[in-house]
Amino acid sequence: MIPLEGQVRIPSGCAVSAMISRDGRRMNGESIIKSMVPMHDRSNGLGGGFAAYGIYPEYKEFYALHIFFNNKSAQAECMTLLKEYFEIVQDEHIKVRKIPQITDEPIIRRVFVSPMQSVLRHLQIDEKELVVRVVNQINADPTGSYVFSCGKNMGAFKAVGFPEDVGRYYRLEEYEAYSWTAHGRYPTNTPGWWGGAHPFCMLDYSIVHNGEISSYDANRRFIEMYGYKCTLQTDTEVITYIADYLLRRQGLTLDEMAAVIAAPFWSTIEGKPEADKEKYTYLRTVFPSLLVTGPFSIILGFDGGLMALNDRLKLRSMVVGEQDDMVYIASEEAAIRVMAPDIRNIWSPAGGEPVIVRVKEGAF
Amino acid sequence: MNFYPEFEVVRNDSRCIRCRVCERQCANEVHWFDEDGKVMLSDESKCVNCQRCVTLCPTRALKIVKSDCRLRENANYSDQTIKEIYRQAETGGVLLSSMGNPNPLPVYWDKILINASQVTNPPIDPLREPMETRVFLGKKPDHITRNADGSLDTKLAPQLSLSMPVMFSAMSYGSISYNAHASLARAATALGIYYNTGEGGLHEDFYQYGKNTIVQVASGRFGVHKDYLEAGAAIEIKMGQGAKPGIGGHLPGTKAVGDVSKTRMIPEGSDAISPAPHHDIYSIEDLRQLVYSLKEATEYRLPVIVKVAAVHNIAAIASGIARSGADIIAIDGFRGGTGAAPTRIRDNVGIPIELALAAVDKRLRDEGIRNNVSIICGGSVRSAADVVKAIALGADACYIATAACLAMGCHLCRSCHTGKCNWGIATQRPDLVKRLNPDIGSQRLINLMDAWRHEIKELMGGMGINSIEALRGNRLMLRGVGLTEKELEILGISHAGE
Repeated sequence: MIPLEGQVRIPSGCAVSAMISRDGRRMNGESIIKSMVPMHDRSNGLGGGFAAYGIYPEYKEFYALHIFFNNKSAQAECMTLLKEYFEIVQDEHIKVRKIPQITDEPIIRRVFVSPMQSVLRHLQIDEKELVVRVVNQINADPTGSYVFSCGKNMGAFKAVGFPEDVGRYYRLEEYEAYSWTAHGRYPTNTPGWWGGAHPFCMLDYSIVHNGEISSYDANRRFIEMYGYKCTLQTDTEVITYIADYLLRRQGLTLDEMAAVIAAPFWSTIEGKPEADKEKYTYLRTVFPSLLVTGPFSIILGFDGGLMALNDRLKLRSMVVGEQDDMVYIASEEAAIRVMAPDIRNIWSPAGGEPVIVRVKEGAF
Repeated sequence: MNFYPEFEVVRNDSRCIRCRVCERQCANEVHWFDEDGKVMLSDESKCVNCQRCVTLCPTRALKIVKSDCRLRENANYSDQTIKEIYRQAETGGVLLSSMGNPNPLPVYWDKILINASQVTNPPIDPLREPMETRVFLGKKPDHITRNADGSLDTKLAPQLSLSMPVMFSAMSYGSISYNAHASLARAATALGIYYNTGEGGLHEDFYQYGKNTIVQVASGRFGVHKDYLEAGAAIEIKMGQGAKPGIGGHLPGTKAVGDVSKTRMIPEGSDAISPAPHHDIYSIEDLRQLVYSLKEATEYRLPVIVKVAAVHNIAAIASGIARSGADIIAIDGFRGGTGAAPTRIRDNVGIPIELALAAVDKRLRDEGIRNNVSIICGGSVRSAADVVKAIALGADACYIATAACLAMGCHLCRSCHTGKCNWGIATQRPDLVKRLNPDIGSQRLINLMDAWRHEIKELMGGMGINSIEALRGNRLMLRGVGLTEKELEILGISHAGE
């Protein structure tokens, strides 16, 4: 029997794509879906997905949980658990379009929740920490229920299939987001499991990733000390937890996080001005186990922006394009040209050099 | 009781030119020239098979072979077991041995294989791409802090910076020679790593290498004073040693001569026997007090290492040490070397370093305190491959001593306790000490470490890893062969093929 996702480590190659409006203009999913078409061969039909930011303005105070349930009993059990910690504001089907390319679907629900203040006081934690803990608890056994998105005013949509089919399946043309990311997956061995597709999300962080990191187990064993459980054994999962740990729990800036996971070489650090040298040496000394090696290009989505980052040797392709208020990022230039045919400003960021895009203050 | 000697000196008389170099070189006085017959003769009963004569014979007229005259074969009572009983029946004494446990017990390093990248992820070529081996040892903060202007507060607990994750382990001045210490000190300085004084104090000539010196404080407190503590880059409290867990050090009086006795601050010719425990440490809270006493004495400028032997309960012990204020834990496995140890203890006490290391790393992670301390792994790290496996199991760095002695010329004859080392390493006899030239000794140590660094880079590159940090604790890069489920579980690795 082929082992299930999470029972075995599954390396995969991939395609990534993203678009963001710095003005905070909201755009439907047509364009991002189309961007994945010319990169069809970078996926093998075993996983595709999207993350969209700004899609639930009317529910933006609440955590939007997107959940896969294997069956009704898992759903009932999970909802009971959720009710111990959260007020359920809304519990609904995520609308889909039946198409022959996407089959074997689980039950897919969207649940808007609000943490109970009494629980927060009792556990002496903030609401984000509560969401992380409960989601980790549910996902520790991903065979029953699996929360694949849990941020505010954002959501992930993913399935087994080619990304362009997944986009149509989820009717992404009906959602409007100021920032979209997309992913097509090329796993080397998996029976195909919906939860294993990207993006991978934690709170409002979403990661799409192309590559196979060689530091995986060093990263995993470090991050698991801090309460994270890497149940899926995928690179993307561990990178998402690293981002959450460094940004939310340690309070690093995006630049500082980039200097941890794609740290400049010591030889580069030596040549920097004194203040930078001190900073980079400090970060490498304090977080050595969060250095990520091996090929990767990742796009980290967050509330109000995106960050794209390559491994420090740039072992995976990634290009960035800019036009007016829009920034595009993709594994291949062809994908950007689908989204913006007349674009002139396209470049390839250096390895380890983060590209950070933020939406104007107050634009959404 | 008289036995036929263990080794035979085989001399090819047609090649022997009577130069008598073998006679001059043998501190054990095996060879002599017979004036009447004009031939070289030998008393093989004194031979320890150190290969000095073989190596220096200009005509290759000599070889030392294992004698085939043995007691009647017995799988239970081996030749050695029987002879040890005879010796003890004669003397009533405790048997002494030197260097690491030579018995055929499992060497887990040899049952662990390393991964390499194919197709899905590219191997990295260390000849063409940067490949980093720098390591910092010391306590890491749980949380970053910021200055008022928002910049990172970059103050850290004291750290040791190593150009590669290998250091020279503790060998005291006394157990080894002045020239051996000089070689280690100079090599460590040139390499950007550290050597360790052991418990014999620090010769005044070597204070100049303090930046690359770890000064040891052991149960005998030999050679410990304020200047000594302040001379080094780190202080190591030696609680135990892999070759002899549960007992203290032992320097025979024959080696406590001249500068050795002065450096140790003990009378000349007296046996330097350190007590089994530190008499101010009978429990973990006492250790904490010594750790902080040493930190106070050195104004918190230096990291403190606590070195322990790998014993059954090592994971819990390490967890206690990690909460004791120590910055670094050094774990020494049961195959580690020694200049002198009771044979029974060396051969029967302690556990393999591979299992101890894996258990400690896991326990500290399970308890969320792995960042409180760095881990040094010692006790028979023999090659760059062993280093890579140790790092992948979870060590921050490795200690080597036997391999360093070999680099300086040691031939592992395991007779250090006699003080007659023909290679000038484990001896204090001036005529023997001068055989080790520190210029050559240090260069050979540097060569060995350079070679290992190249090999470490090569192995890392194969795995697609370009910095040693990404290898540390990366157990997915290891697979076991021929190991039981239990062994794999303790090592935290999968079997090959899984």
